[in-house]
Amino acid sequence: MAIAERPAIGGIGESVLRKEDARFIRGRGHYVDDIVLPNMLHMAILRSPHAHARIRSIDTAAAAAVPGVIAVVTGELMAQHNLAWMPTLSGDTQAVLATDKVRFQGQEVACVVAESKYIAEDAVGLIDVDYEPLQAVTTPQQALDAGAPVIRDDKGATDNHIYHWEAGDGPATEAAFARAAKVVSLSTHYPRCHPAPLETCGCVADVDSVTGKATIHMTSQAPHAHRTLFALVAGLPEQNIRIISPDIGGGFGNKVPIYPGYVVATAASLLLGRPVKWVEDRTENLISTGFARDYHMKGELALDADNRFIGLRVGLLSDNGAFFSDAQPSKFKAGLFHIVTGSYDIPAAHVVGDGAYTNKAPGGVAYRCSFRVTEASFLIERLVDTAAHELGVDAAELRMRNFIQPEAFPYRSATGFEYDSGDYPRAMQVALEALGYDELRREQAEKRTRGELMGIGVASFTEVVGAGKGRDYDIVGLRMFDSAELRVHPTGKAVLKLGVKSQGQGHETTFAQIVAEELGIPAADVAVEEGDTDNTPYGLGTYASRSTPVGGAATAMIARKLRDKGRQIAAHLFEADVADIEFERGRYWVKGSPGEVKTIQDVAFAAYSNIPEGMEAGLEGVHYYDPPNMTFPFGTYLVVVDVDRGTGVVKVRRVVAVDDCGVRINPMIVEGQIHGGLTEGFGIAFMELITFDAEGNCIGSTFMDYLLPTAWETPRFETFTTVTPSPHHPLGAKGVGESATVGSPAAYVNAVVDALAPYGVRNIDMPVTSDKVWAAMRGAGVTE
Amino acid sequence: MFPAAFDYTAPTSLDEVLRILGERGEEAKVLAGGQSLIPLLKLRFASPALVVDIARVDGLEGIGRDDGTLRIGARTRHADVEAARDLHGSLDVLLDAAPQISDPLIRNQGTVGGSLCHADPAGDWGAVMLALGAELEARSAQGTRRIPVDGFFDGPFTTTLRPDELVTSVIIPMPASRSGGTYLKLERKVGDFATVGVAVHVELDGSGRIGRAGVGLCAVGASSIRATGAEQALAGQEPDDALIAEAARLAAAQAEPLADQRGGVDYKRDVVRVFAQRGLRTAVERARRGAA
Amino acid sequence: MKVNLSLNGAQRSAEAEPRTLLVDFIRTTLGLTGTHIGCDTSSCGACTVLLDGRPVKSCTLLAAQADGHNVTTVEGLADGAILHPVQEAFHTEHGLQCGFCTPGMMLVGAALLERNPAPSEEEIRWAISGNICRCTGYMNIVKAIRRAAGLGVEVHSEPVSTPTAGVA
Repeated sequence: MAIAERPAIGGIGESVLRKEDARFIRGRGHYVDDIVLPNMLHMAILRSPHAHARIRSIDTAAAAAVPGVIAVVTGELMAQHNLAWMPTLSGDTQAVLATDKVRFQGQEVACVVAESKYIAEDAVGLIDVDYEPLQAVTTPQQALDAGAPVIRDDKGATDNHIYHWEAGDGPATEAAFARAAKVVSLSTHYPRCHPAPLETCGCVADVDSVTGKATIHMTSQAPHAHRTLFALVAGLPEQNIRIISPDIGGGFGNKVPIYPGYVVATAASLLLGRPVKWVEDRTENLISTGFARDYHMKGELALDADNRFIGLRVGLLSDNGAFFSDAQPSKFKAGLFHIVTGSYDIPAAHVVGDGAYTNKAPGGVAYRCSFRVTEASFLIERLVDTAAHELGVDAAELRMRNFIQPEAFPYRSATGFEYDSGDYPRAMQVALEALGYDELRREQAEKRTRGELMGIGVASFTEVVGAGKGRDYDIVGLRMFDSAELRVHPTGKAVLKLGVKSQGQGHETTFAQIVAEELGIPAADVAVEEGDTDNTPYGLGTYASRSTPVGGAATAMIARKLRDKGRQIAAHLFEADVADIEFERGRYWVKGSPGEVKTIQDVAFAAYSNIPEGMEAGLEGVHYYDPPNMTFPFGTYLVVVDVDRGTGVVKVRRVVAVDDCGVRINPMIVEGQIHGGLTEGFGIAFMELITFDAEGNCIGSTFMDYLLPTAWETPRFETFTTVTPSPHHPLGAKGVGESATVGSPAAYVNAVVDALAPYGVRNIDMPVTSDKVWAAMRGAGVTE
Repeated sequence: MFPAAFDYTAPTSLDEVLRILGERGEEAKVLAGGQSLIPLLKLRFASPALVVDIARVDGLEGIGRDDGTLRIGARTRHADVEAARDLHGSLDVLLDAAPQISDPLIRNQGTVGGSLCHADPAGDWGAVMLALGAELEARSAQGTRRIPVDGFFDGPFTTTLRPDELVTSVIIPMPASRSGGTYLKLERKVGDFATVGVAVHVELDGSGRIGRAGVGLCAVGASSIRATGAEQALAGQEPDDALIAEAARLAAAQAEPLADQRGGVDYKRDVVRVFAQRGLRTAVERARRGAA
Repeated sequence: MKVNLSLNGAQRSAEAEPRTLLVDFIRTTLGLTGTHIGCDTSSCGACTVLLDGRPVKSCTLLAAQADGHNVTTVEGLADGAILHPVQEAFHTEHGLQCGFCTPGMMLVGAALLERNPAPSEEEIRWAISGNICRCTGYMNIVKAIRRAAGLGVEVHSEPVSTPTAGVA
C-alpha cells in the first residue's frame, strides 16, 4: 500500500490530540473530592504540633460532643483493631495514629468523623492532647551521633541508623584515585522538596456493611499494589477490596505511598457503616506526605592527565524522616542512585550510602525522581562542571571528551547497569547549535570585562527508567511487571485495560495509539481504561517513568498477539494458508493479491461469527510484560542566566533542552512532559524548599513558604529531539516523564555558578535564592 | 482551612456601619475585599465574633481629583488603581506599585483601604503612601479625622485607628512641580510578600533641585518605614550620583529588617540601598523629563 | 443566611453559613465541582471563578460576598454544546495535562481576551501569574490563550528526527 494512501489512524509518532481533554475542559473531571455518596461523612485529622513528644493523654470529650460529630478515633482505638501501625513499602512500619509518641510535626494523632468538613475541623480544634516534648533530631548527622535520642524505640531500635548500602567496586575505585592526576570533589545537599501536585491526597472509603465489599476511591498512582497492601494491612479479603483511582490532579510520586488518612477513613467506614471522605488540605500535604530528596552527598571525581574520568567515589547520607516509607524496588535502598556515572565512561566507581531516621515527615523517593536518579544526575553533572572550572576547560568539551561513545552500546557501567542505547555527542551537538553556544561564550567573555554576570550551564544526563525486570525489581515483593488487556469488539472497536494509571500523562490517548499502530484500529476507536482494580489487569502503576517502557510494551505485545490470531482468522476467511497472509495497518491480504483486503474490523466480526473450527471465539487477551532491561533516556540541557550584581536575582534568559526517549508515541505529549519537568526543575533549583528549625518545626508547610513558580518567573523552553530507539523495547520507546526533572536542576545551578566562577565561587546549594547568590558575590568582593 | 463561625452583617449605609463599629468595634472585623482578612479567618489566626461587610455602602469606591489632591476611596480595588492611569499618571510610584500588589486575582478583589488597615509590615501600599505623604480620612459616629500615614502604622498588623473608626479614603497631595517616582519590589515570586519594597517620589523645584523627596520602605521593619534620613539629605539638594548614593545608604541604615527565609539582615539592608539608589536615579530622571 | 446569586446565567438561591467560603458553596451546596481547591493560603488559583466578569479566588471570598452578583464557573464557559474559543484552544494546543488548574486558567484567559483581544505572550504570563500549574510548564497554556485570540506563538522547538539503530 502506498504511503500516500495510509489513513491517519493515530498511530505511533502522531501528535494525536487528547481524548481525555473533553471532560477536563468542561470542568467535568472526576477527582476524589468531587465524589459525593449518599450518607457520606467527612473526616479531619488532628496532627502533632511537636516534632518529637510523648503522648501522656488525649481528651476527646469536647470534640465528640460537637453536634454533627459521629466519631472520634484515636490510636488507642485503632490499636484495638491492630491498625495503629501499618507496614510501609520499604519493609518498615509506620504509625497510622500515634499511640506512644509523635515522631514528626504534622504526624497523625486522632481523627474526627462528622457530617460536614467544617464541623469536623471545628471538632479537631477541641481535642486536647497532653504532650511531653522530647528533644527533636533534625539532621541525619545529628541522628547518627552517639547519644542522639532514639526515634524508633517502638521497634526496639537502639540508634537511628536505617540501612547501609553499597554499589560498584571499592578496591578498583581506590586504585583509580591512587593514580589520578587530579581529584575534584563536591559536597552538596539536595534539599528536601515536595511534589506538591495541585490536587492533594484523599479518599472516599465506602465499606458496604451488608456485603463487606470495600470500595475505596483514592488518589492512587498504583491501585493494584494499594489493594494488595490494604488486604495485608486491614485484613480485609482481597477480593472484597476495590480501589478506584479516578481522575488524579497530578501525582509526581506523591500518590504512591499509603497514608494514614486512607487507613483510618477505611476503618471508620467499616465501623460506622457509612462512606467516609478524607481529603487533606495543602498544609497536611506539605507537612506529612511523601517529600522528596533530602540527600547529603559528597562526590569525588578522579581524572587522568588527559582530563579523562577514571574513577568516581560517592558518599551519601539520606534523611528519611521518622519512618522508612519510600516506595522503591526492595533490593535498592538508595533506589537507582548508582546510575551516578551518568553519561560518562568511568571505569571504576563506588557508592556508599547510609540512611537515618529524623523527626521529620517520612519519605524521600518522590517528585519525578526515577528512584533517586534526580540526586545522582545532579551530583555527577555538578561535579563535572566543578571539574571544568577547576581545570579551566570548557564544560561542554569536557563532557564530549568523556561521553560513552555511540559504538559502545549496550554499555555496562561500573555500577552494573547495562545501558541499552544512546548517542550523547549528537544530543550535545544539537543543543550547542540550537543555543548558539560559541557566540554566547563570546558574549560572556565580553560581559566579563565589564563585570557583568552571565552564566551558561550545561547538563548531559542519562537516566534509567522502566522498572523493571521481575528478578531484580519488586516493591514489597510484588514484581514490577505490568499488564495490558485488550478486547476487540465485533464491530471492530476495542477496549484496552491497563495496570498503570495516568495522573495527566495522557494514557487514554497514547496507549490507544499503540493499539492503532500494531493492530490498525484507529486510536479514536480504542477506549482505554485504568485505575479500577475490579476491571483492569494487575500492574504496579505509574511512577518512575515506567508506563511506556513496561505498560506500553505489554500493550504492544497483546496487540501483536491479537494481530496474529487475526491472521489465522483472515486465513480462514480467505481460505488461504496462514503463512501467505500479509498485514499492515489494519489490513490483511493474501500475498500477491493486495487489492483484496480483509480489514481488522472484518476479522473482528468474524471472531464472533465465523471462527475457524477448533479456535476459541473472541479477539482478546492479556499480556503481562517482564522487561528484559531498563531503558535509558538521555539528553543535554543548556541554560543561560544573567545575575543582578546588586540584588543577587537570577534571570534565566534561555533554556535549550534536547531529549532522547527513543521512539516517541505522541511528540506533543512528550514535549508537554518536558515543559513540565523543566519547570519543576526550575522550581527546585531556585525556590522550592522544606526546612526545619532546631525544634523540628516545619518551614515550608504552606504555599506561602513552599514556593512554586508561576508563569511569570518560569522561563520559556526551546525543546529539541533526537531519536535513538531502545533495542529491547517492542516499540523502541523509553520512558520520558521524569527526564527533565532529573536533568535540569544541575543545568540551572551550573549556569549560576558559571556566572560567578571568575570570582572563585564553586558551589551554591539549592535552592539558589537571591540572598545566597548575594552572599556568594559579596564574599567574593562583587557589589553594585 | 475554614473559618470558625461568626456573625455577619452587610449594612447599606455608612452611618449604619459606624453605629455598629461604635457598639461592637472591639469584637468586629471590617470586611472590604477580604483578601487580607479571609486568609486570616481560614487559618483561624483571627476569630472575630462579628464580620461587618462594607461592600454595600456607597461612596467608598473610586478615584478622583479634588482641589490639589488625589482621593482614592478606601474600597477601591488594587486593579482599579492600576487601571486609572489617566487620573494619576503623574504619580509614577502609584503606577509602578499597583500592578505589583500580590497577584492579578487578588488585585481584582482586594482594596487599598483594606490593605492599609491590615498593616502588614510587608504591605506595598504602606511604603507608597509614606513616600507620597498621604493621609487617611477616618470616620466614626463622633466625626471625621485625618490621619497622616506617617504615624498610622503602629507595629505589625497594628494601626492607630480606633475600633469605632472606618477609613473611608486615602488622600494624596498632587505634586506642585515636576515629579517622578518608582516602586521597586524584590519578591521571590509573584504573590509572595516583598522581601524588600522601596517607594520613591521626588519633586524638583524650578532650579532642578529636589524640592521634596519621599522614600518609603516596606518589609524591612515592624511597620513600613519612612526613610526620613534619606529624605532630609535629599531636600533642597542638586540630585547627583554622590548624593543619591549617600541617600541610599541612609535609607538602608534606617531599615530594621529581620532575618527569615527571604534573607538575612545584611542582605535586606543592602537591597534597600541598591533599590533606593536605583529608585532615586529613576525618579530624578522621570522628574526631569516630566512637565510641571 | 440565604445567598442569592446568578450562577452561569441562572438564578440560584441556597442556605449558607456566614463563614461558608464561596468555593465550598459552589462545589458542595450548588454541586458544581469544576472549580477546585488546591491550597489553604490563597496561593494557587485552582479555585478561580469570574465575579461580575473579574477573575477572583473563590476560596478567598465568603459566599455572602457573592450575594446579588454574577458568578461564572468553568461550567458556564461553553454556550450549550458550543465550546468557548479558549476551551477549544486548550484542547488543540495541549494546554492541559491533569486538568486540575485548567478551569481557573481558562477563565482567566477568557476574561483577559474580553478586555485585551490580542495579548502578547508577556501579557498572558502576567495575567495567569496568580494560577499555578504543576504539569504543563505554562508554555502550552500561553499558546492556547494566544490561539484563542487567533494568534500564534514564536516557535521554540523543532523535532530533529534521524533514523538511527533499528527497533527490536
